[in-house]
Amino acid sequence: MLKIVNLKAAINGKEILKGLNLEVKPGEVHAIMGPNGSGKSTLAAVLAGREIFEVTEGQIMFEGKDLTTLSPEDRAREGIFLGFQYPIEIPGVSMNNFMKTAVNEVRKYRGLTPLTAGEFLKMMREKKELVEIDSKLTNRSVNEGFSGGEKKKNEIFQMAMLEPKLAILDETDSGLDIDALRIVANGVNKLKSSENAVIVITHYQRLLDYIVPDFVHVLYNGQIVRSAGKELAYELEEKGYDWIKKEVDQLEAN
Amino acid sequence: MTSYELIDTVQELKKLYLIQKEELGLRLPAALTQIQQDAFNAFNQLGIPTTKAENYRYTDLKPSFSKIYKTALSSQEIQIEEDALFNCDVPNLDTQVEFILNGRYVARQLDLTVLPSGVVYGSLLNAWSEFPELVGKYFAKAADYKDDGLVALNTALALDGFFLFVPKNRQIKDTIQLITMLDHTDNLAVNTRNLIILEDNASAHILVCDHTFGESHFLSNSITEIFAGENASFHLTKMQNANNHSTCLDGNFIYQQANSQVIANAISLHGGLIRNHFHVKLDGEGANNITSGLYLTDRNQQITNHTLIEHLKPHCMSSQLFKGVLDDEAIGAFNGKIHVHPDAQKTEAYQVNRTILLSDTAKMNTKPMLEIYADDVKCSHGATIGQLDDEALFYLQSRGISKKEARLMLMYAFMDEVVSTIQIPGLKERVEELVSKRLRGELSRCNHCDFKCH
Ligand SMILES: Nc1ncnc2c1ncn2[C@@H]1O[C@H](COP(=O)(O)OP(=O)(O)OP(=O)(O)O)[C@@H](O)[C@H]1O
Ligand SMILES: [Mg+2]
Repeated sequence: MLKIVNLKAAINGKEILKGLNLEVKPGEVHAIMGPNGSGKSTLAAVLAGREIFEVTEGQIMFEGKDLTTLSPEDRAREGIFLGFQYPIEIPGVSMNNFMKTAVNEVRKYRGLTPLTAGEFLKMMREKKELVEIDSKLTNRSVNEGFSGGEKKKNEIFQMAMLEPKLAILDETDSGLDIDALRIVANGVNKLKSSENAVIVITHYQRLLDYIVPDFVHVLYNGQIVRSAGKELAYELEEKGYDWIKKEVDQLEAN
Repeated sequence: MTSYELIDTVQELKKLYLIQKEELGLRLPAALTQIQQDAFNAFNQLGIPTTKAENYRYTDLKPSFSKIYKTALSSQEIQIEEDALFNCDVPNLDTQVEFILNGRYVARQLDLTVLPSGVVYGSLLNAWSEFPELVGKYFAKAADYKDDGLVALNTALALDGFFLFVPKNRQIKDTIQLITMLDHTDNLAVNTRNLIILEDNASAHILVCDHTFGESHFLSNSITEIFAGENASFHLTKMQNANNHSTCLDGNFIYQQANSQVIANAISLHGGLIRNHFHVKLDGEGANNITSGLYLTDRNQQITNHTLIEHLKPHCMSSQLFKGVLDDEAIGAFNGKIHVHPDAQKTEAYQVNRTILLSDTAKMNTKPMLEIYADDVKCSHGATIGQLDDEALFYLQSRGISKKEARLMLMYAFMDEVVSTIQIPGLKERVEELVSKRLRGELSRCNHCDFKCH
């Protein structure tokens, strides 16, 4: 589904991703962990097509297509979804209008007719229930005045509406209370199938108790330096990153 | 730089005054001809304002006054296509439609209607002859022709326009839609004068739609005086959609007494060079004024919003919100002043101007000014000039929304705050639609009233 080979990306000439490799197959859940500033959000943004990052080398193939040639909107229409670490507030754009436009543009791209007003409302209602999000929120402007946790929930709500093939969830768990964490994780699990895949970026093993990963990767200094099963997350929880950093730095020194 | 020769147009206008005086002088009320004479003298001294004058610093009138125009007397030649005009009603809006063509009131039935309730509306010129005392009591009392050349010019030359008188305790429920149209095969200069009087506890709503027919160059210098008595309530919305060769100089002079409430909006969609001027005097405790503007200006059009809000008495509130989007080589200006006089304690006065520039070549000048001579006041002003928010754009795109649509959504969101100040039932929705059409480039700048096409 997704194949990243030797990806290098820079911002303002500063290289952040330094030759990153990753492969994700349908049905899989991947967790990416790693110290602050290691490039996790950068990877997510590059996958979603944020133009301020320049891909200087390497390849990103998604379902056989070269992602780097697609605009952000076309990537979304192809089935990529980014749950933002810091969702932005957009005053004056109503959640309703935002979602209706998004869903219908994605449908158009896929050769489907736009939803009728009734169908759209029904879909909104179903997805709202799925992520247990309050109607009061969806009646407001996008994220405007939402609490940190509400913003994260809203990301999962949007994901539910858009039904992506590959969801990249950047620290969707941070800022959530215990109940919200469970609700969000349940939402993700309910949307999971053998056809789609999820990449969760997180700092905490706790989330991975709910969304059980097939693979755990450690991103450090712009590269994936270690990949293993979910047991790696427990190990990191216990020991931190120092031992990995040391190993990598030593390797590089040699 | 092209050098312009102003003198011809100004000479023409001066000649027009003398012709008018000779032809109509004896038929006009003496009070009016006296004011016109005074204003003419004032204009001879003041002339057309130049960019040296603080109030016109950002509006260069030279090019506009350097074209050759016919003048308003000849407008009587125009044949009015009544059907075309009277079709222009705003759908789904209870309106009473009134027309001004080339500065003259166009009567459907009567030049002046006097309702049993005492409400009077119609032609200002007719009001002068039928109610000279009433008109004389207010005319030129809010718009001072002694310190502004454009006001002097208008006062000397304007003969007609819309007149509305709402007596004490009377409410006009339906919105009055005033369509002011410029239509001529040649370039035309027009001075229009409106006078609106609301006595104590009276209320009315007016929607003014400025249009041009055809592609002639028009120079419109119009003045509206509004008097709101104690506890009166008035709502004015202006939709400006003139052709891009036009010059629209639009002065609004609003005088408010105690506890009156006036809401005014200027929605500038098209119009070559537009200068909106709002001069508000809050001259009674508890008076309340909301003045806002929205501008969508592209190509080489120019827009200036100029305000002067005077707080003369304590406990008044004023709030200004001007927002707009400039594209291509458009030039915008906001020149807004809050003036709190020494007596006006407990004043609340706010002012905001925000502009988005869509191109590197568009230019915005913003100059908010506070002049405060009272010590117990709450005043604030803020101005920003910026671009569309990149991060917000990316957020929308990342959900599958095209860049073009995302930009429209953000521009629309940016402007919605102003549209939301419109409180005439049904009108807000129509304006929203027009603004969104304008943003999409679907709003024609041509021959017909956009309110009727849907
Ligand atoms: N717009 C930017 N301009 C300059 N540097 C940037 C920019 N965005 C990110 N960086 C830098 O890139 C590096 C990686 O940042 P990134 O946000 O990808 O880290 P992260 O792994 O997501 O960290 P965290 O766990 O704190 O979220 C950091 O050093 C950061 O300062
Ligand atoms: Mg991050």
